[in-house]
Amino acid sequence: MAYVIEIEEKPKISVRNLNFYYGTKHALKNISFNVPEKRITALIGPSGCGKTTLLRCFNRIHDLYPGNRYEGKILLDGENILEKDYDLIRLRSRVGMVFQKPTAFPMSIFDNVAYGLKLKGIKNKSELEDRVEKALKDAALWDEVKDRLKDPASGLSGGQQQRLCIARAIAVEPEVLLFDEPTSALDPISTGKIEELVVSFRDRLTIIIVTHNMQQAARVSDYTAFMYLGELIEFNKTEELFIKPKEKLTEDYITGRFG
Amino acid sequence: MDAFTRRKIVNNIILVLSTVAALFGIMWLFWILGTLLYKGFSMLSLEIFMGDPPSPGEETGGLKHAIVGQTLIVLTATVIGIPLGILAGTYIAEYGKNSRLANIVRDLSDIMMSVPSIVIGTFIYAILVKPVGHFMGIAGSLSLAIMMIPIILRTTDDMLRLVPPELREAGYALGATKFKVIKDIVYRAAITGILTGVILSVARIGGETAPLLFTSFNNNFFTFDMTQPMASLTVTMYDYAMSPYEYWQKLAWAAAIILTAGVLGANILGRVMAYWKFRK
Repeated sequence: MAYVIEIEEKPKISVRNLNFYYGTKHALKNISFNVPEKRITALIGPSGCGKTTLLRCFNRIHDLYPGNRYEGKILLDGENILEKDYDLIRLRSRVGMVFQKPTAFPMSIFDNVAYGLKLKGIKNKSELEDRVEKALKDAALWDEVKDRLKDPASGLSGGQQQRLCIARAIAVEPEVLLFDEPTSALDPISTGKIEELVVSFRDRLTIIIVTHNMQQAARVSDYTAFMYLGELIEFNKTEELFIKPKEKLTEDYITGRFG
Repeated sequence: MDAFTRRKIVNNIILVLSTVAALFGIMWLFWILGTLLYKGFSMLSLEIFMGDPPSPGEETGGLKHAIVGQTLIVLTATVIGIPLGILAGTYIAEYGKNSRLANIVRDLSDIMMSVPSIVIGTFIYAILVKPVGHFMGIAGSLSLAIMMIPIILRTTDDMLRLVPPELREAGYALGATKFKVIKDIVYRAAITGILTGVILSVARIGGETAPLLFTSFNNNFFTFDMTQPMASLTVTMYDYAMSPYEYWQKLAWAAAIILTAGVLGANILGRVMAYWKFRK
């Protein structure tokens, strides 16, 4: 059975008996664990284990496609976000997301970062400028783009675009930030920069990061969840999980016996 | 002769045959353009663009009435066709997705593209011209708009489907509504492709005669009034070419050049834009 430790920190998100179905396919099986506030939690596991599926439950992006169904509860500060009539727009402004491939919008660098702010109803030009600048600085991109904020975002490199997406996500000041394999399309140097960013947000935001790269999970996260075939096998402090795994499956996976 | 030489000879024969066939195909385009220029170029003068319609037997007069009529009819058709085509395309690509209704609309619009244009003209004649009692410029625009809508609908549909789903998800993940995602992100990503489709559809309907014969008909006087019969380059060209006066026949050649230049220009513009979009 699954080995799930109790976290010492305050839980930001509590997953309770979560099941998820793509039509008739049972993709997540009875998952329960707590995500600590203002810490970094990594989700690892082989392809198809459900780690991205789980991540996409936290902002209910699954709702965009018909036939997807949740069972169980996900509590965000004690509120069940899986309620049918839960306000998804409010949820998504509290829980941001950065995708696998950079998703810069077809507009200028400035407008990309300002987009979420404008959606929140901020119209004041100087406030927009201040918050865009702050977000770009937080995403360590400001120095590279400050002279060309009006240029189309498509002119940036892949790594820069990914940092732009991070700036866009943190500009709206979410409480939780979800990363879906944010470095799998990037070179090692860009990957290093993104990892530094993720760590820099540690005491500010609750972060959940999906990664297929075990070293990355070990480098950046406080807690790690190992998933296999839609089940949560082990949830533990990252150090413990990588050094003294409690489950045989976890040990087999992190030592490279399957993948 | 060994097998190797034989293969080389066969290869060369096929190469020559297919090249000749290709040249034969495009030869006609240049022949048409050449004939048009040869017969009509000398007629191109300020008089053609500015002059009032000719009177029988006189050697003066121009095509102002037909050029203005053509422009008005096509512009009005475009103004009707663009919003309907784009909205319908947006419905089937974004809102309806693979719903039954969306699939039916998509298939029917493909069928509509192959409806003979004279049938559309007759249809407008029956539902609009006959009840009102006379030909109208606006009726011509309507039948052209009916031809345009399925073309714009399908291009919009195709172009919106090319926008990667992650881009939409990224919009929703920031808390945008569906309408905002479509308006701010999806349209922006697809705008060049949609515009290309619009321009190519204008080129496609600009040269139509049949849908205008029963609807806007013709008018030998200059007018801006779209509730009255209205001249167009295509119908004027047909009438003048059939007339007994030599000067009118020459005017028909000039009309042919102007029309061809317009349609060709729109086509080239559309293709340049498509090239510009997909080069990246």
